[in-house]
Amino acid sequence: MKRARLVLAAILVVGALLYLIIGGIRGAIVYYTTPSELLAQGASAVGRSIRLGGQVAPGSKKWNAQTLDLRFVLTDGKASVPVVHHGAPPDLFTEGQGAVVEGTYGTDGIFTAHAIIVKHSEQYAPPVSP
Amino acid sequence: MIALLGTGSLLLALACAVGGLGVLVVGHSRKDPRGLIWGYRAAISILTFVTLAVVDMETALVGFDFSIRYVAANINRVTPLLFRIAGLWGALEGSILLWVWILSGLTVLVAHRYRSRHPGFLPYVLGVLFAIATFFLGLIAGPANPFTRLAVTPPDGVGLNPLLQNHLLMAIHPPLLYLGYVGFSVPYAFAMGTLLSGQHREEWTSITRRWTLVAWTALTAGLFLGARWSYDVLGWGGYWAWDPVENAAVMPWLVATAFIHSSMVQARRQLLRGWNLALIILVFLLTIFGTFLTRSGVIASVHSFTQSLIGPLFIAFLSVATLVSLGALFWRRKQTPDEGGFDSLLSRESMMLINNLILVTMAFTVFLGTIFPLVVEVATGAKVTVGPPFFDRVVGPLGVLLLLAVGSGTALRWGRSGRDDLRKLGALAAGAVAITGALAASGVRSPTALTALGAAVFVALAQVTEYVRGALAHRAATGEGLLASVAALFSINPQRYYGYLTHLGLVVAVAGIVASQSGRIEVQNHLTVGETMQVGAYTLRLESLEALVGADRIIVAAPLTIGILDGTAQAGTARSSGDVDILRPSENFFRQSRTPVATPAVRSTWRDDLYVTLLAFDPREQSAVVRVVISPMVSWLWAGGAIMVGAGVLASWPTRRR
Repeated sequence: MKRARLVLAAILVVGALLYLIIGGIRGAIVYYTTPSELLAQGASAVGRSIRLGGQVAPGSKKWNAQTLDLRFVLTDGKASVPVVHHGAPPDLFTEGQGAVVEGTYGTDGIFTAHAIIVKHSEQYAPPVSP
Repeated sequence: MIALLGTGSLLLALACAVGGLGVLVVGHSRKDPRGLIWGYRAAISILTFVTLAVVDMETALVGFDFSIRYVAANINRVTPLLFRIAGLWGALEGSILLWVWILSGLTVLVAHRYRSRHPGFLPYVLGVLFAIATFFLGLIAGPANPFTRLAVTPPDGVGLNPLLQNHLLMAIHPPLLYLGYVGFSVPYAFAMGTLLSGQHREEWTSITRRWTLVAWTALTAGLFLGARWSYDVLGWGGYWAWDPVENAAVMPWLVATAFIHSSMVQARRQLLRGWNLALIILVFLLTIFGTFLTRSGVIASVHSFTQSLIGPLFIAFLSVATLVSLGALFWRRKQTPDEGGFDSLLSRESMMLINNLILVTMAFTVFLGTIFPLVVEVATGAKVTVGPPFFDRVVGPLGVLLLLAVGSGTALRWGRSGRDDLRKLGALAAGAVAITGALAASGVRSPTALTALGAAVFVALAQVTEYVRGALAHRAATGEGLLASVAALFSINPQRYYGYLTHLGLVVAVAGIVASQSGRIEVQNHLTVGETMQVGAYTLRLESLEALVGADRIIVAAPLTIGILDGTAQAGTARSSGDVDILRPSENFFRQSRTPVATPAVRSTWRDDLYVTLLAFDPREQSAVVRVVISPMVSWLWAGGAIMVGAGVLASWPTRRR
């Protein structure tokens, strides 16, 4: 009898916990896409939380230090997506290099990034000697 | 020469591990006590050869031997001595060497300590430890050999990742984390020993109690130092991002914390025997999984890890360990019956069971969130990530429940609580509600923060009550003063009273986390020299731009004069109470890296942290872009961590046998 009560209590607790987990995992998923995939998805991608990865197109980076307005184009060679971000470019951010941004895709075709993600991998390519 | 010596030592160590396993098995099947003697010798040989390999590797690192691939990849000619030494744990191969070194040291300690005391039990324990060592030695003698030579010796190496070379903590955080990880191999080996030996040995939890505490303390220190490193180096003003590397360390910590509590239930009430075995098995598997996760490159992409044998070998070992452990647990389940059952829900052991369930659920949540992207990538090819909101939303509420269980468990007694215990619980809850109300009145608005702080206050009150009750009883019995009585409690029952101290440390850390998460202010701003900005109650004036040339880097710093606004001034006429400090956030241009690494500057007080990162600068315009973060009570997090680690060290400190 006591055992049954305890088991019941345990089931209740576990059930509540599972409910919390399942509730949490929804909406927290961020999709990782490339510019081509994003353009192919079109309107269905609008408003979702997305991580967009590509190369910063050479010559596309425009940064206004006064207003902290950062604009650049992410490309995967086939398609390009213009990105705006409020804030300074992070240290590892350079033109011609890979970058991952997190944010949402707007109906105007511009990707608004709330974060530029810097990978801290342990491997660094050596600087090219002149 | 170095490469040959290193690889040779590793192969010999591997041979000793396999041989040690062999003599133990043969000795056991023939009931020959010499098996254990030879097993002990094998353990010493493994330690000797691995130590030789470590010394060899350090010689190569310190002496710039760039003919070794690992050295060339991880240091260069300007890497300072300390970071050349720390280069051992800078990347995969070296850190597995460190792993094995710690494991072989612990194996000798175990063999030395228990060979005469538990001669029947120890062969199983040593066998399990040898089996683990065999896997890791095989890994570094084979596909992850740190002594691999380069075909052409480069004139200079690549250098350590600047992020790792930018902070002293890098030198101590990984070894502590590994001591924690590897330390759990010992209780695991004893647990497996009791299962494999075919008769339940109740003593396995009491033998491993101190081992578990040491490993837990090291892992706790490793976690907090990792968070501190992230805070000091990464420049975003936070300390935890639910990064897979962080998750890998926190999962075994959560389950180990559960194990420490449930093993007390076994010691006290002879309950949860099977559950304890399952928990320590889980801890061990999670430490292996964590090493795999952080070191195989699987996080970056599922595909990256199939490029070498290391990933698949890890998966194979993990599968075998899981199958053997769970198989043994299932096979021997009849030998681990509980005596009696839980008498009442309102008891300390029931609360500990509830805290166990919550901790395991937390670990499971973190696990799901961490592997979900991998599962999706394997199943559909799509790359997704699970963001911090998921972890926050699940772990947050679970944390509050956990605190409630901790407080209640402390207040209730073993077995069955009486009416006075319930009254005590009610008084504690009322006290917590009253203090939370006071916090709300003093300006804490967020309901989430108030809930969490209220639960933390409840825990704190419960611990303090126990100290007071214990001290009053001691004073009544001995006539000593109240403070002396509190001090006496720690030597009378260290496990219990240092345990309460750990809870208090947790409360302090939780207060820091809640305050810094809910009261954070972040601003980015462009400043020219002489210009002043205001954030919260602080003013920051850019003084100049400075450039410094160091051996391995060029540093550009932006000194900022910090003032504090006078709180007594009339609104709108904010007056600075004068300059209180100068902060120098800087950017480091390391020789080996194309892009700079920022070093934030922090002004830390018990009330809040002012955290400034230099994001960009323009020497012609004499201007800088800075990120300013104000987080309340971050220092409480470090203080709480220090209390928890200190309590852990004192609780596991060897005491003289009575």
